[in-house]
Amino acid sequence: MALIEVRDLGRVYHLDADRVVALDHVTIDIEKGEFVAVMGPSGSGKSTFMNLIGCLDRPTGGRYRLAGAAVESLDANALAGLRNREIGFVFQQFNLLPRTDALSNVELPMIYAGLNRKTRRERAMKALHRVGLADRAHHRPMQLSGGQQQRVAIARALVNGPSLLLADEPTGALDSRTSGEILSLFEELNRDGVTILLVTHDAEVGRHARRLIRFRDGRVTEDRCRMPLDSRDLMPGTAA
Amino acid sequence: MSSIEALRSALSAIMANALRSLLTMLGIVIGVAAVIAMVAIGSGARNLVDRQIRSLGANLAVITAGNVTQGGVRLGVGAASTLTDEDAEAIRREVDGVVAAAPFVQGSVQVVAGGENWGTRLYGVDLDWFAARDWDVAYGRSFDPEEIRRGDIVVILGQTVVRSLFGEDDPMGRSVRVRNVPFRVIGVMAPKGQSAFGQDQDDVIFVPLDAGRRRVLGRNYAKDRSVGSIFVKFATEENIEPGIDAMTHLVRQLHRIGGDQEDDFSIRNLTEIANTASASANTLSILLAAVAAVSLLVGGIGIMNIMLVSVTERTREIGLRLAVGARPRDILGQFLIEATTLSTIGGVFGVGFGTAAAYLVAQMAGWPSLVSANAILIAVGFSALVGIFFGLYPAKRAARLDPIEALRRE
Repeated sequence: MALIEVRDLGRVYHLDADRVVALDHVTIDIEKGEFVAVMGPSGSGKSTFMNLIGCLDRPTGGRYRLAGAAVESLDANALAGLRNREIGFVFQQFNLLPRTDALSNVELPMIYAGLNRKTRRERAMKALHRVGLADRAHHRPMQLSGGQQQRVAIARALVNGPSLLLADEPTGALDSRTSGEILSLFEELNRDGVTILLVTHDAEVGRHARRLIRFRDGRVTEDRCRMPLDSRDLMPGTAA
Repeated sequence: MSSIEALRSALSAIMANALRSLLTMLGIVIGVAAVIAMVAIGSGARNLVDRQIRSLGANLAVITAGNVTQGGVRLGVGAASTLTDEDAEAIRREVDGVVAAAPFVQGSVQVVAGGENWGTRLYGVDLDWFAARDWDVAYGRSFDPEEIRRGDIVVILGQTVVRSLFGEDDPMGRSVRVRNVPFRVIGVMAPKGQSAFGQDQDDVIFVPLDAGRRRVLGRNYAKDRSVGSIFVKFATEENIEPGIDAMTHLVRQLHRIGGDQEDDFSIRNLTEIANTASASANTLSILLAAVAAVSLLVGGIGIMNIMLVSVTERTREIGLRLAVGARPRDILGQFLIEATTLSTIGGVFGVGFGTAAAYLVAQMAGWPSLVSANAILIAVGFSALVGIFFGLYPAKRAARLDPIEALRRE
């Protein structure tokens, strides 16, 4: 069983009288341990796809299994639980809480997981250590550089031990040198076994992934592996 | 999210906008302070009225002989007599729920002691009188039954009379003359203060009933056993209404008053008068509290306003919290607790200011001021409720946000 199983996934928006098909019968499997870049121009459906994969939205058609859970049939609370346990989000704008320090920001997902303060502190510290920011634990976001802020956000995404790291244009707000550092961190995390889904319109960024899925007009137009994978990952995703 | 986490996050949000939070709280502070002060002042005023009323004696009715000025004439034709000891005796014996029936006479007299003299009211009473009025001697002693029976010339003085005639001296065992009859002082009544109608109730002297009507006021009364009025004390308030009916019936019988003839006496329910006064004091308190409650309401609207602003400002934060696994009810709880924390802190400060204000007003007006623990608990509880009530709508709006929309918002 793949980590992500998407079958005939569709998402239709109703804007006033118009019916907009944002995602049209997409079928994809993503295995545990993959590093996937989702690319495409704006309006191609890649954001819609990411929102669905991230359990922030529900499909209007098709099926989606994340770690065995039938996402399309879950209610808002169950989706929140799934996001909390299985998914770590990294955003273009970092989305750190400005009033609290790095450590507290990393703690946030564990608060909703119901962990006690001591455990949270320990794990948050460990996560900051992993992204190389242990010495900045008590700095507020304002006191950190963009790259450092994004590292804090990555630590926050990893702290609950999710099955999937979902990054939406994670380097969009960073200069090229910092971008390279963040992407190296992703590669490093992927080598450690973290499954990563990276959404970007930047081909440079997409090149770091080992598999590329390209969207256009709500459909998958390309799905290929960039380099030979080990035997476990040999089966490619099924193109639409 | 546990409530401790929610509280911690609420406090940090409140501190992040300290000035704004303070101004918002001020609405609640003023509202709660107004409620506390107004309730305290209202209950102080009511307490004053109650105390004056209670000084009359609880569950009391008074029977007064009809048309005293014409009494002689009507007695002359023999159709009726004024009230007598026997009427009181009969009431005590036959009417249900009567605890005491105290016949008494009263009149204005000039009291002389040594070189001093003083105009006051004299009451000729029996022992039931003190029971009916819930009034006792402060020192010395009350009458003994033998003194009442014989009509001995002994007197108990009210506090005002003691002050006027003896100053600081001990009046015990001294002699005071009333209409040239020398009465021996055996006791001094406890102070009772002003009546509900502004009379000094301590400007009074008491003598045994027979001594009063035979030796001092005698010529005002036609018969040996006549009295001016009878105080009737009932065991409970419920006894009063049926008791008055029974007394009316009984006294008409005793006075041989036929079917359609008018009563030659009148009965007043003093408790009713007391209740009316008390009710108007109550109305005043409620009115004051209502006006204060309106300002609390305005404070609540202030909270709602600021919470709505806060939800709008923190839309991205809400989106992020939803993304990392907050359930809608976690968001609801977070904003609700924030609103409630604001209003409760405001409430606590409001209690402080309100108590101070109530104390100040009481000092200036010379009223007893009552800030009860109950009022404080209710005010703090109520301000928390205001927070929940006015925080609910903004919190619901926050909880209903779509995470995708919220994350996209600038």
